[in-house]
Amino acid sequence: MSTNIWIWIAALLTLAIYSFLYKDNIVYKIAEYLLVGVSIGYSIAITWYNVVIAKMVVPIRDQHNFLIIIPILIGMFMFARFSKKHGWLSKIPISFVIGWGAGVAIPLQFETSIVEHVKNTIAIPWFGGNILLLVNAIIIFIGVIATLIYFYFSTPHKGVIGKVANLGIWYIMIAFGASFGYTVMARISLFIDRAQFLLHDWLGLIH
Amino acid sequence: MRYYKLILYLIFFSFVFLLGIPHLYGDATIRAFDTPNDDGSSITVKWNYTGTGDTFELFRKTVSDTNWQKLKTLPLSKHSYVDDNTVRGVQYQYGIRIKTDTILSEMVISKPVSAKAQFFDTGKTLILVLILGYFAILIYFIGAAKKGKSLFIRKIAGLDALDEAVGRATEMGKPILFIPGISSMSDIATIAAVNILGPVAKKVAEYGTDLLVPNKDPIVASVTQEVVKESYLEAGRPDLFNPNKIWFVTDSQFAYAAAVQGIMVRERPATILLLGYFYAESLLLAETGNSTGAIQIAGTDAVDQLPFFITSCDYTIMGEELYAAGAYLSKEPTLLSSIKAQDYGKIAIFATLLLGLILGLLKSNWLINILTVR
Repeated sequence: MSTNIWIWIAALLTLAIYSFLYKDNIVYKIAEYLLVGVSIGYSIAITWYNVVIAKMVVPIRDQHNFLIIIPILIGMFMFARFSKKHGWLSKIPISFVIGWGAGVAIPLQFETSIVEHVKNTIAIPWFGGNILLLVNAIIIFIGVIATLIYFYFSTPHKGVIGKVANLGIWYIMIAFGASFGYTVMARISLFIDRAQFLLHDWLGLIH
Repeated sequence: MRYYKLILYLIFFSFVFLLGIPHLYGDATIRAFDTPNDDGSSITVKWNYTGTGDTFELFRKTVSDTNWQKLKTLPLSKHSYVDDNTVRGVQYQYGIRIKTDTILSEMVISKPVSAKAQFFDTGKTLILVLILGYFAILIYFIGAAKKGKSLFIRKIAGLDALDEAVGRATEMGKPILFIPGISSMSDIATIAAVNILGPVAKKVAEYGTDLLVPNKDPIVASVTQEVVKESYLEAGRPDLFNPNKIWFVTDSQFAYAAAVQGIMVRERPATILLLGYFYAESLLLAETGNSTGAIQIAGTDAVDQLPFFITSCDYTIMGEELYAAGAYLSKEPTLLSSIKAQDYGKIAIFATLLLGLILGLLKSNWLINILTVR
């Protein structure tokens, strides 16, 4: 059994969180509030050093980059939310964030989710002499078309369109099944890691 | 006699050494230039060398410096290097030497060069064209919708269930828990979730039900607060709006999950809406919500998390259905036109795939080359 106080704290907090599996209880509540409180404290410290100091103080004080005062001021408008009279000012930084977010995300989505997928679908080795590659290519090609038709909203899923959309759902579910199995395996390995911590590091039952 | 031998040895080794030098000095040339299509943070160095040797040694100095700094030792097979540790606007010179076990050649030096930011990334011209094309279709449909053209959109089960879910919470007198994912506002799924929150909050305000929105991102928290406030105003019930019910919890993933699980079992919401981008906490949230007996509607474009939602939620909105949700729920013709534009985009994708198929059969890479974004 460990004699390290920190291992004891970590082990007891692990058990406190696991106690939720039985039902909500005071021990879980303590662990939950502790986790939320610590995480907020940690993020305040990180924000202070990585944002306030590194991105606000250093550029002005050391690099004399006074232009940065403009975005800082815009960011400061977020605090206007605390005032009923000047609360509308907070909409300015929010508009910037949403506009910036959409501006960054849309071209990226076009590139990664559309252009790259289309390219990789048609770049499959159709007739490389290997019959299995050809079968693979046909399965992928039909899958892409059928799944796309499922997400086509302008036509009701009836007749031929309905049948192809149904095939698309089959493709989607098979992909989800594979993904489900893979992720469950990853989660089990996380649990094994925790169990190992409790049984080896804390209790010393396994070596 | 002894001197005679020494002189002979000297002549012999000098001859061997001189034979070696032409190979090492072989025709080495070096060229440094500003890396195209970047933000001005790197310089590309390219060199040609046809002789023998073991490795290249790459050096750098600013024009004003006198001392060379060794950057990297590279194998003889390498002929380029991207130096991404440069200061924009500062002029650098690069030098290369060829090394063997015993010999280090003289340095071949590039002309001075500085890194500059490019205003437009020409490698992404195709993306610009596609976005402009999409916007053209969108503007056309917005115009058509304004002229009164009816836009048909098929039924989306998960979204139709939202009405039922809000109604159920009202009947039971219990709150609705809306979780807008755990990503930031730069994520399209979060933007879509916020778009759904608007009509949901409006309905909630009309029914006078409680709405709880715990957030993981402080900016998303501000946005959701604004959206709910606007919806309550639109519904004519600003008196019911309580900003304390749309709050920031923490930005730590599992601390947020633990807190939301706590809310689920203590507040016992009748309806839980999990909409946005989710990571590993998806199953923790959905399973806990399921155990409380709440009706759950989940929607995400996170492919890895969708299977968990499908297994533990009553309705699941998948991928693009989530993007279409805001327009679908609001039924506003101008917003519905965005779904129409997306569908026309899909028709363009079908056409491209078929063209790719035909060209593939003809063993042509023309389309693949066009679609290669550099």
